[in-house]
Parts: sequence; structure tokens; C-alpha cells
Amino acid sequence: MMTPPPRFSGDLAHLPTHAFGHRSLTWWGIIGFMVIEGTFFALTIAAYFYLMSQEQSWPPPPFLPPNLIAGTLFTLLMLVSEIPNTMIKKAAEAGELRKVRVLLLIMTAIGLALLVIRGFEFNSLNIKWYDNAYGSIIWALLVLHTTHILTDWGDTAVLAMLMHTRHGIEARRFIDVSENALYWRFVWLVWLPIYFLIYWLTRLA
Amino acid sequence: MTDLDPDLARDGPELTGEELHRRLTLAWRRPAGLYGWLSSTDHKEIGKRYIVTAFGFLLLAGVLGLVMRAQLARPESGLISADRYNQIFTMHGTTMMFLFAVPVMEAVAIYVIPLMLGTRNTAFTRLNAFSYWMYLFGGIMLWVAFALNVGPDAGWFAYTPLSGPEFSPGKRVDIWAQMITFTEVSGLAAAVVMATTILKQRAPGMTLAKMPLFAWSMLVVALMIIFALPAVALDSGMLISDRLVGTHFFNPYERGDALLWQHLFWFFGHPEVYIIFLPATGFISEMVATFSRRPVFAYPAVVMSLIATGLLAFGLWVHHMFATGLPRLGYAFYTAASMTVAIPTGIQIFCWIATIWLGRPVYRVPMLWVLGFIITFVIGGLTGVMLASVPLDLQLHDTYFVVAHFHYVLIGGAVFPLLGATTYWFSKFTGRLMSEAWGKVAFALVFCGFHLTFFPMHITGMLGMPRRVYTYPAGMGWDTLNLISSIGAVILAAGFATFVVNALVSMRHGRVAGANPWSAPGLEWATTSPPPVYNFPHIPAVASRTPLWDEGEDLPVMTGLRVDEREHLTTTVIEAIPSVREPSPHPSLWPLMSAIAIGVTFVASIFTPWALVVGLVPSAIALLIWFWPKNSTVPPEPTIE
Amino acid sequence: MKRLALLVALLAPLFALTGCHGQQAVLGGGGRDEALFGGLWQVFLIVTIVFYLVVLAGLTWAVLRRREGGEPVVRTTFYVWVGVISLTLIGLSIASWLVDRTMNRAPYTGLTVEITGHQWWWDVRYISPGHPDQTLRTSNELHLPVGVPVQVILKSADVIHSFWIPNLSGKQDLIPGRNNDIVVTPTKVGIYRSQCAEYCGLQHAHMAFDVTVEPLSTFQQWWGDGLLPARVPATPEQKAGYAYVTTRECATCHNITGTPATGQVAPDLTHFASRATIGAGTFPMNRGHLYAWLADPQQAKPGNKMPVIGLEPDQLHAVAAYLESLK
Repeated sequence: MMTPPPRFSGDLAHLPTHAFGHRSLTWWGIIGFMVIEGTFFALTIAAYFYLMSQEQSWPPPPFLPPNLIAGTLFTLLMLVSEIPNTMIKKAAEAGELRKVRVLLLIMTAIGLALLVIRGFEFNSLNIKWYDNAYGSIIWALLVLHTTHILTDWGDTAVLAMLMHTRHGIEARRFIDVSENALYWRFVWLVWLPIYFLIYWLTRLA
Repeated sequence: MTDLDPDLARDGPELTGEELHRRLTLAWRRPAGLYGWLSSTDHKEIGKRYIVTAFGFLLLAGVLGLVMRAQLARPESGLISADRYNQIFTMHGTTMMFLFAVPVMEAVAIYVIPLMLGTRNTAFTRLNAFSYWMYLFGGIMLWVAFALNVGPDAGWFAYTPLSGPEFSPGKRVDIWAQMITFTEVSGLAAAVVMATTILKQRAPGMTLAKMPLFAWSMLVVALMIIFALPAVALDSGMLISDRLVGTHFFNPYERGDALLWQHLFWFFGHPEVYIIFLPATGFISEMVATFSRRPVFAYPAVVMSLIATGLLAFGLWVHHMFATGLPRLGYAFYTAASMTVAIPTGIQIFCWIATIWLGRPVYRVPMLWVLGFIITFVIGGLTGVMLASVPLDLQLHDTYFVVAHFHYVLIGGAVFPLLGATTYWFSKFTGRLMSEAWGKVAFALVFCGFHLTFFPMHITGMLGMPRRVYTYPAGMGWDTLNLISSIGAVILAAGFATFVVNALVSMRHGRVAGANPWSAPGLEWATTSPPPVYNFPHIPAVASRTPLWDEGEDLPVMTGLRVDEREHLTTTVIEAIPSVREPSPHPSLWPLMSAIAIGVTFVASIFTPWALVVGLVPSAIALLIWFWPKNSTVPPEPTIE
Repeated sequence: MKRLALLVALLAPLFALTGCHGQQAVLGGGGRDEALFGGLWQVFLIVTIVFYLVVLAGLTWAVLRRREGGEPVVRTTFYVWVGVISLTLIGLSIASWLVDRTMNRAPYTGLTVEITGHQWWWDVRYISPGHPDQTLRTSNELHLPVGVPVQVILKSADVIHSFWIPNLSGKQDLIPGRNNDIVVTPTKVGIYRSQCAEYCGLQHAHMAFDVTVEPLSTFQQWWGDGLLPARVPATPEQKAGYAYVTTRECATCHNITGTPATGQVAPDLTHFASRATIGAGTFPMNRGHLYAWLADPQQAKPGNKMPVIGLEPDQLHAVAAYLESLK
């Protein structure tokens, strides 16, 4: 026990108990996770180029590049989804519960649609993961990205449920919604180079 | 501004001393009994668990090392079969690198860093707990497999195609690869916890420029882990995929490449050794300052060296691949980069010696470990400079010369500081001091045993003895040297045993330590030994790098945190200005349950890929319950703008 | 003080290194690049020892010093230190690079050997460009003419191995799916030992071969002899052995030129008895070990790809007699 009385030099009581953006710990956790997953993607892309550099043509004959339709449809829907995504981030930061509830349901529906389209993508790659290393790396990129769509969709669905309960009014839940929107941006941003690598570089090389 | 609710209890001049201690304990303690132990989110408890588990793996892997030395003591010994030996050396390396060296550094950090920074707990306390359980389960899986003769046998580095489906049939290598997944998840979780804690939870006034050097080293290491571990996780994921579902990443006959494995592995592997070494340099900095009774010389230079090492470490990996036939111009670059990384290390060594020279050193046991570290590690660093040269490496690569080199840098450079740090912070962990006399005995045995074991290996390597051989022919000139190494190993083991016994006995019968038995400067010494469950009754504020030396008993503290709800303070990243009163999560069983669900999924997926789909369900449920907000018994605070 | 004494005692063996040599040693061997390597090694050794002694001296002084203060001196020394280690490392990098360049400028005079690594033996083919009928196939041994640069092409049939004749040159990996190569120029006549230097599985420890460096004329004689078909069995016992070897299990895997045994997946046995070792450097070539190998190859080198045949005693004698005749 400290016998001399403590020397008080400042007071913390007026500090808020929650904050948005980089003042919240959750934000740092999300950023950390994005950097980790981003590194994962960067390394997988590096492996893609490494394997490609050993081939004269890509895909190696007699395989055809993946079908454009499903992948392009997916990309368009992902880009469009940023509109409700931005709206939901703003609404969460303004504490607008009703708007957040509706938008979360919209995002959940979009996520489901994307997963369905992704299923079609897998089916139209014109190569299987066990055919050769080109097939393996294409599938690896797509599977990695799909796990992100899947987990973020799960998060969004859970948040949609949560915001409809009495926990919805808590300030911290709005922070969760805002961070989830931030992570969704990461998920479609990281998709763009992968889309290019799977669907376009295979036609240009 | 809304007026503060007068009914909410906060610490301050009205609430201090005994009454504050009682109420903070009530708010921060965990339930008693097994349930409480399993659901603890207290970083001190998690840290102690981690340390004990890591030391457990050190001893297990050390015994394997002894067995290897028993086999190699004589040429053409029939003591251990080829198959068993190959499992043993794989398990020795794998356990030491993945289950001891990195986790033990994280472990000490998890315990010490929040105290050193003046905060009540880490960030993401449940993620911290989860990290431990994943680590434990991964280690258990590996060792149970080994006990069942299904231990991995392709080396700790598992080069393809040897580790691929064609040449390593069965489940051995799958066990290894999945253990990587466990430890990768664990390590990355701990890194996020550590980086966030260091950036956002420092005491008011502890700017980045005033942060202790151990905290700096852990910050750099946390960032390194975030960038390096995904490489080995991706690599092992690709390997499991090749082995289980027929992909061809590493199969040269289907347009894959055996060397892809090596590039990804060493992209992780080289930073890995600095992930192990940099925390040890943090230990050394703390101990040198305390026992020289002055701050480390040229603090900015040491910080720059830590950052430079962390960055450079990512540009060296090809020096593990000099014999693979890659373009020579590339090799020249990696030689230069590998030499360059010696500069920041050389700077740190200078600063520590300068601190001792300028200070008034006292040679307690931790300081002996510091001296042992300098004497030993520098040899390893210098043989590393030799190995950076391509012509020299092409002879010495994959010989016992390399075995000597890395044991000098890992044992000299990481284990010696660790043993010193354990002695140093032992009183903080347990409230008692380790025996000085037995500490000196342990040091002498370990130091002498180490050199006797590993120095001859430089020579055996130069005489042509390759690595990873379960036996060797007589008459090569290797016999006597190997015997000397084996004798040295026994002495080394005796030294470790002495250290462990000293620790165990001192926990009960050691001299009772006060808050600051070493008269050290850091915040961790400003609270009792061991600390109360809430760490500090009031959050301390600092104005210098050595607060206890400058403020002494009169450490300034802040008031205003709630005492009936778990609350800690977050501050701004660079200037450490108080920012938010962040709630800290309550104890929860769900990190453990999630680790079990995910762990079972990982283990089952070795046998069938469908396990991933099936296992997703319980894992998702466990995670959901973990993150679902709890009903609070205390009314939430009205929002203050 | 006792620490210093310990140190000197520990350092002493280092000086012994400059003189150590052996059958598989890195220094003191018989390769063209030996002088270059030895020189580079000495430079690095001396520089690193000097730096180590400087660090130890600094540490000793720091430990013994009783006075206080002296920051300005330390600061100056710091800058000198950083400058010195930087310049030294630059120098060492350049020295290393120059040696590497020189070592890789080997002129190629047309002798090519193709080595394919297997778990756990070496398949060796001597190529004479333009003369495919002159290709000599052997296993687990290498003969090299002194003074002639040899291009060794390195392939692998299974996992990564590493080709390393310490007395003659540095190592190079044999990687499936890649063709690596290394040029070796032996300069001293003698017998050297080589051992696989990349962990390749169960019997990595027993994957070695002998290297005989001899005058060019002797080498050419050896090559010519090697091209001859296997010796015809003379004694009844050898004939019985011949009958067994060429009609039973052995022929499935092994090749003996000039006989019906044309298996390609195991070491070539045409001139088996003229080799120095059995089982890729595992045992010396003598009757006792040959019997042991034939009776139970799994006991001799557990896990190797040769199964236990289960020879009856008279078959064992016959096969051994025949194999011993294959000089």
C-alpha cells in the first residue's frame, strides 16, 4: 500500500466512453486484421506471378481463361454495394438507428446475392484446382476472397439481428456497424486486383 | 458539457487507499475456481500461463536435443533408428521455433507490457485469452501425434517435394502443417493485441519518445509478426492443399515449383528469427539500464536500430537459398542486405556496452546473463556475417557450422536474455526473488555447457559433417568433436534444470520482494509484487523515460476512472494524451469454447476437407456468443460529449 | 577475469581451423577454387576475430571501470564504430562478390557429367558430346581428370538433394523440375568423399559417394573400361549367380550392360566391384558387407528402396560371387 498520499495531477472523468475511427480500440483491431489479410492476399498474388513467370502462355495450354460473365457481374454488384455501405457508415456515426437497421438488411441481402454469383464464378473458371498449378493458384485466390465475403456477410447478418434487439441503442454497437462498413470496403477493394488477375491478365498474357 | 453523474463512483481524492483497493478488486477480479480460471481475461494470468507452457515446451524440446546428442555421441550408433531420429530432430526444431521461442517472448510481453505502460490490462483481453488456447491446443496436437509415432519427420522447414503427398504419405506432415495454422492464428492474435496496447494504452505523458525500449521492441515485433506470419500460413495452407485435395502448387510436373515453398517459407523464416531476437534486445535494454543505474545510452539510436532491423529483416530471405541455383546478381544483393542488418545490431551492442561503461553497474544474476549474452551472441552474429558470403555459404550451408551459428544467436541471443529477464521480473510475477547463489550456479553451468556443446560444431561443419543426419561414419575426424558436444549438452541440461528448480523453489521460499527490489526506473515497479488484479489503483502519468528514478515515491497519478465498472484509459498514439475511457471486457468462457470449436475443426480437416464446412457451424456459434454484448448489471453511463 | 581466460581457451581452436583438413573437409582440399575459398575464409576469420576482440575489450573495460562520466568520448566513439563496421561490411561484401565472380568464370572444355539424385543414391552419366555411344553410366561414384573443368548437370528424380564435394567446391542443389549445374575443377590427385547436403528423407545420412581424381590418361582408361560390357562369369558359382541376377528380382531394377538385366530404376551394377563402397557410401566394398547387404538390405540401410529378397544361402554365395566379379 502506498502510504504517502498520491499526488493527483489530472482527471479523466470528462473523457467519453466511446469514440469512432482511430480513437476506438475496435478500429485498431479491424485495421490490424485488414493488414494481416492484405498481406495474405499480397503473398498469394506474388505466388501467382511467380508461377506465371515460369509459363510461356497463361493459362497454359490447352486451358481457356475463366468466363467473364459471372466475375464481371460480381464485380459490378460489389462496386454498387459501396453506396449503401457508405450510407450505413454515415448513419452509424450519426446514431440513426432506423436507417442503420434498414441498410443492414439491404447489405445482408446483397451479401447473399454475391455469394450466389460467386458460386457461378467457381463453376465457370474453365479449370479445376487439381488440373495444374495455374488452376491451383486461381482457385486459391478465389477461395481466399470468398472466405472474406462469407465472414463479412456473417458479421453483417449478426449485426442486423443485433441492431433489432435492445442492444441496438448502445453507442458501442454503432461503432461496430461503422467498423463493419470499413471492413466491407477492404473486401471489395482487395477484390479489384484479384478480378484483374483472374479474368483479364489471363486474356492479355 | 453534461454534468457528471455524482452517483457513479470514480477514483480520486475521495476514493483512494484501502477502500479503493476493495472496490477495484471487486470490479476486476474473476470468479473463483475452475470456471474462473478458464474464463480469465487478466493479462497477468494469461501471461503466466503462456510463460509456463512455453518453458514446458522448451524442456520437452530440450530433452529431444539431449537424445539427439546421445545418438551422435558415437559414430554409427544404433541407439535411435533413422525414422525416430528424423522425427526427433523435426520435433526439436519445430517445438523450439514455433512453440517456445516466439510464444515465450509474447508471453513475457503480455505480462509485463501493460504494467510497463501503466495500464490495467491489454487491449482485446478475450482475444488475448483465445490466443493462448489456440497455442496450447496446437502444441498438444503436435506432441500427442509425436507420442503416437505420427510426428512430423520432414524437418522444421518441411521442404517440398519431400513434404509433399508423394514422398511423405500419411498424416505426419499434415500434423505439422496444421500446427502451423494454430500457432499462426495464435501469434497474429497476440500481435494485434500487443500493437494496439502499445499504441493506444500508454500512460498519459508517455510519448513514443519516452516509451521503454522493451515496449519499442515489442511494437516492432508485433508489426513484423503481422507481415511475416501470413507467409508461412499461406505456405502450409498450400501444402495441406497439395496433400489433401490434389492442388499442384509445389509439383514441378504440373507447372508448380518446389522452390515456391522455400521462397514463402523463408520470407517468413528470416523475419521469424528477428521476431525472436528483438524482444530479447528489449530485455537486455531494460536490464542494462536498471543494473547500470542509468538510462541506455543513445535511446534514439537504439529505437532506430530496432526499426531498421525490423524492416531489413524482410529483405534477406534468399540467403537461405544460395545453393538452389537462382541468378547470381540477385544473390549479391542478398549478401549486401544480410551484411547491412549487422549494422543496427552492432549499434545496439555498442549502446549497451556504453551504458555499462558510463554507469555504476552492479552484477546481480540478470546482469550476468547480459554479459553472457554479449559474449555469446556476438560470436553467432559474426558467423552470420560469414554465412552471408555466397562462396563461404556454398561450403558451409547445411553443415554443422550453421547449426553452431544459429544456436549461438538463438541461445546466446534469445535464451540468455530470457533467463535473465525471467530472473529480473520473477519478483514481479511471484512476489519473491530467485536465489542469487543458485542463479549464479545455473548461469555458470549453462554458459560453460553451451560453449562446450556448440563451439566444436563450427569445426565439425568445416570438416564436412552435414546437418540432419541420424548417424555418421567413423574415421571422418568427427568422432571426438561430437563426443565433446554431447558431454557439453549434459552440462547445459544440468544448468537448465538448476534454473528451473531455483524458480520452483523460490516461488515458495524465496526472499520476499517489495515493489521495486532492483531500484529500477519503470512503471511496472511502481506497483506491488505481484500486482493487484487491477494493476494500479490510480493511472500513473509520466514525464520522462525513467519515471521512478525521476519522481520516486511521488509518482503523479490521474483520477476519474470508474471503480464499479472495468475501465481503462486509451491515449493518443504519439503524444499519449488521454483520449477515451474504454471499457474492458469481463471474464468469458467463450474464447476457450471458440478455440475448442476452431481447434477441432482444424484437426478434423487433416482428415477431410469437409470438416471445414461442418466445423464452421460450432465455430460460428461460439464466436457469436463471444461477441454478443452482455447484459450489464451496472447502468450504462449517459453519453458525454 | 576468469571470463577472459575462458574466452581465450575457447578461441584457441579457431586458429586450428586454418590448418584442418580431412577427406570431406572444406579447407585444404584439391579444387581449383580452394585457394580462393581459403583466402576469403581467412579474411573473414581474421576480420571477425578482430571485431570480436574489440567488443570483448570494450565490455571488459566497461565492467572494470570505476569512474563516472565521459559522454562526449562515448559519442565520438559511437560514430567511429558505426563508420568502421559499415566500411568493413562493405569491404567484406565486395570481397565476397569478387571471389564469387572469379569462381564462376570457369572455362568449359567439353566434359559433362549428368548426375540424377534419387532417394538415396546417385545416378551418374558421363556425356561425350557428339558421341552418344560413348555415354558411360555408373552409380555412386565419380572419377574426374585432374586439371580439367567438368560441368556437372544436376537433376533429381524425386526430392531435393544437394551435390557437395567439400574438398573440391561448394555445393549446389538437385531440384526436381529444374536443371542446375556446377563446374568443378580438381587440381590435386586423390580420393575424396562427397555427401548429400540437403535433407532428403529417411536415409539422407547414407547418401554419399567417392570421388577419384586421377591423371587424364588414367581417367580416359577408366572411361574406356567402363564402356565395356560386364565381365562374363567364369567359375560355376559366378555362373549360378549370373543366372539368378539376370532372371530373377535383380533384373527388374538393376542394369548390367551386356546381360539381360536392364532395369533402370536402381544403381547400375555393370562394374559394381570396382567401386569403393556399397549402398552409396554406406559400407566399404568387401565380402562381409556385400553379404550383409544382399542378405538384408533393410537391416543395413533401413527404408532404402531395395527390398529384402530372401536369398537362400547357396543363392547368396552365388550372387555375391558374381557381383564380386563385376570389375
